[in-house]
Amino acid sequence: MGIEEKLPSGFLLTSVEKLAGYFRKGSLWPATFGLACCAIEMMSTGAPRFDLARFGMEVFRGSPRQADLMIVAGRVSQKMAPVLRQIYDQMVEPKWVLSMGVCASSGGMFNNYAIVQGVDHIVPVDIYLPGCPPRPEMLIHAILELHEQIATMPLGSNRVAAARAAEEAAMTATPTSAMKGLLR
Amino acid sequence: MSDQTGEQAGEQPGGGLPVTPAAEAQIVDVRTGMFGVRGPGDTSGYGGLVRTVAMPAPATRPFGGYFDEVADRLTTALAVAGRSFDGCVEAVVVDRDEMTFHVRREHVVDVCRQLRDDPDLRFEMCVSVSGVHYPHDAGRELHALYHLLSITHNRRVRLEVSCPDADPHIPSVVEIYPTADWHERETWDFFGIVFDGHPALARIQMPDDWPGHPQRKDYPLGGIPVEYKGATIPPPDVRRAYT
Repeated sequence: MGIEEKLPSGFLLTSVEKLAGYFRKGSLWPATFGLACCAIEMMSTGAPRFDLARFGMEVFRGSPRQADLMIVAGRVSQKMAPVLRQIYDQMVEPKWVLSMGVCASSGGMFNNYAIVQGVDHIVPVDIYLPGCPPRPEMLIHAILELHEQIATMPLGSNRVAAARAAEEAAMTATPTSAMKGLLR
Repeated sequence: MSDQTGEQAGEQPGGGLPVTPAAEAQIVDVRTGMFGVRGPGDTSGYGGLVRTVAMPAPATRPFGGYFDEVADRLTTALAVAGRSFDGCVEAVVVDRDEMTFHVRREHVVDVCRQLRDDPDLRFEMCVSVSGVHYPHDAGRELHALYHLLSITHNRRVRLEVSCPDADPHIPSVVEIYPTADWHERETWDFFGIVFDGHPALARIQMPDDWPGHPQRKDYPLGGIPVEYKGATIPPPDVRRAYT
């Protein structure tokens, strides 16, 4: 990306990380993908009662090229899936995806031919928010969790190391369907 | 005991149990059980439920309300246009304060034109075109329903056109009711009824290359098993019964 890619891991890179993370999370502009009922809750989160402007996110960009965070709010149908992918591809790095509601996270109550069973089939998701629809407070909580992730995001050589470590962990982790014996 | 007191006209024989009245013409289906309840040990009672799904019988004159006037006017208007009412309309069904004309598919355009243009009929608005699939009704599997509204006279009427699955063609009424454009596209998308003469009959809800027609009765639900920690729950149409 920039100067942070060339800094060796150490005190200077950590300071740059902290600064960049602070600015990125302080003004994270959402690109709305308000599709269904969750869009109403997203709108009311931007409205005065559950203000998103206090987190610097009141400006919902219409153009994906000017946005950082894509909030997929609602059911994604089979017909909408390529459109979603195209909007995601048009966003500029660094970008994050928040799948809002159960329909975006896993298909929700619609386990049928017409609805994509989770937008993680189409775009990489950073944070999943369950709810049908999630209350505005829940959406704000998810956004603040994402802010924490963004603020502590490693850059440069630290990022490469972190990606490698995450891959190692994922390769040796137990798959979900094999996690038996939890209901004791 | 109720039999011995003498059966007057109108009293039901058999002790008051529900009897399918002779007026019901067409039994579509007899469904037993509900909520997938099967086998012994059923305390809910849903396992023994028997439901007869029946279509109402064709109605006889007088129909009641404004239905007679509409049928008379339609007969006259069709006669002026050189068609006979019985040649165009197979049956008239009046049920729950609603009138349905079962129209032969070759004549649906003529009937719609008369319904729209005649001053005493004036059904200007086609509210929707929808479809139904009756898989057991050989030769008449696919039905298209046209709901018409007369704003001038505050009346509603329904047209029902049937076609076989082997030859699913119905003439399009877009030239008379332009609003039927997208409705007919939807009916094509979900049932496979081809509307001849439609300007651009393409899928409207499903992606353009989707195989099959989803709202037919034999189309699967298409769900996937849901994965939890240590368990997998199958989609709702293939789950086991919980009794």
